[in-house]
Amino acid sequence: MKYIDEYRDRETVQALAREIKRISKRPVKLMEVCGGHTMSIQKFGLPALLPETVELISGPGCPVCVTSRSYIDKAIAFCRQKDVVIATYGDLIRVPGSESTLEKERAGGAQIRVVYSIMDALQMARENPDKKIVFPGIGFETTAPGTAVAILEAYKEGVPNFFVFSAHKVMPPAMAALIDEGVKINGYIGPGHVSTITGKGIYMDIPVKFGLGVVISGFEPVDLMQSVLMLVRQIEDGNPQVEIQYKRVVKPDGNVKAQQMMEEVFVLGDDWWRGLGILKKSGLKIRPKYAAHDAEVNISSEGMVALREPKGCICGEVLKGLKKPKDCTLFAKACTPRDPVGSCMVSGEGACQAYYLYNR
Amino acid sequence: MCLSIPAKIEQIHGETAVCSVGGATYEANLQMLSTETLQPGDYVLIHTGFAIQKLDVEEAEASLKAFADFKKLNEDMDREEKENNQRLI
Ligand code: SF4
Repeated sequence: MKYIDEYRDRETVQALAREIKRISKRPVKLMEVCGGHTMSIQKFGLPALLPETVELISGPGCPVCVTSRSYIDKAIAFCRQKDVVIATYGDLIRVPGSESTLEKERAGGAQIRVVYSIMDALQMARENPDKKIVFPGIGFETTAPGTAVAILEAYKEGVPNFFVFSAHKVMPPAMAALIDEGVKINGYIGPGHVSTITGKGIYMDIPVKFGLGVVISGFEPVDLMQSVLMLVRQIEDGNPQVEIQYKRVVKPDGNVKAQQMMEEVFVLGDDWWRGLGILKKSGLKIRPKYAAHDAEVNISSEGMVALREPKGCICGEVLKGLKKPKDCTLFAKACTPRDPVGSCMVSGEGACQAYYLYNR
Repeated sequence: MCLSIPAKIEQIHGETAVCSVGGATYEANLQMLSTETLQPGDYVLIHTGFAIQKLDVEEAEASLKAFADFKKLNEDMDREEKENNQRLI
């Protein structure tokens, strides 16, 4: 497939690996922030190609993984109300809440529908005026603009039964919080699809304040190896900065139209992240102007259960890059993708699932 | 969920495009891009049903050329290693 296969070329990957080996002197830890990167790195076995001096650790960029259990509990409370239909991305339905999952609720008769795009949820609302369609909005700057498009359309057209339950988040506060917490890393492999929307400006603080480089990377093995090379070069030269490796997609200013729609619909508020706790101005809340489409304003969560975290799960530490999935005593024993204990094992972008599938 | 794929635009109908990846076709909502700048044959990145950016073909070709140079350098090194019977890197 054009513009995919070329970036999977084995010889190019090897050539890059060799160059990394040639220039890398200091031991470094590089964090891939995005869960999509974690998956790709494990799937293509990149760690085995890197010299001993370069260690890759995974970060907090898996939206399902950082979402709180109480968010799932609330979605479950919503689905138990009369006439509510939950229309959701497939990633979410197996994520454990305190006592149940959306999948179990569906087996118990709740109306849970998996959609590929939020626009399908909006269409469902148009076609079923007697139902309340609730869409759980998770994801970072890549996904939030789509939610904004749907809310704007529902608002303009007047689709009174379409609601979004927003847990959308923005990436930079989490990246800054990790360093503040003392997680020792030497550079960031920046999430390419976040920057497709935001551009590179959101990371400008990181080299200045923390002296760390950020290379915004694509998702294929060649992309990732080149990004590692760029970071190692920055570190060896003592010149941390924000660079774009994924130039075929990421423009320095990002996608301005998408940013404007996001800005119109959302306002930044404090939000909770697994592993990091509450981070100031890290969540995207629906503005009062669009409150008619905010599930939290319009749908009752009566009967929501009290929060209970699973014993032994160290997802929070894994998301901070402090521990590896294999450090968890439940990994591949009590916790597997079929029967996940924590969110990092459920999601296709979760570090625990990536290690389970490719690096057990 | 955060994965996106480069897809080729086959047809544009208003603010929707029919795109292909390999043999499969997808619909993409174009509201995040300026439709005036798009035409069939362009590649776009699709994420949860939305085209989030047009792929910059010039940049893509430039990076592929850089990789080709890299590979050549690597092959030269291989040859040198063989000739001198000594590992460079
Ligand atoms: S293996 Fe399972 S229980 Fe352990 S940290 Fe990962 S998700 Fe949590």
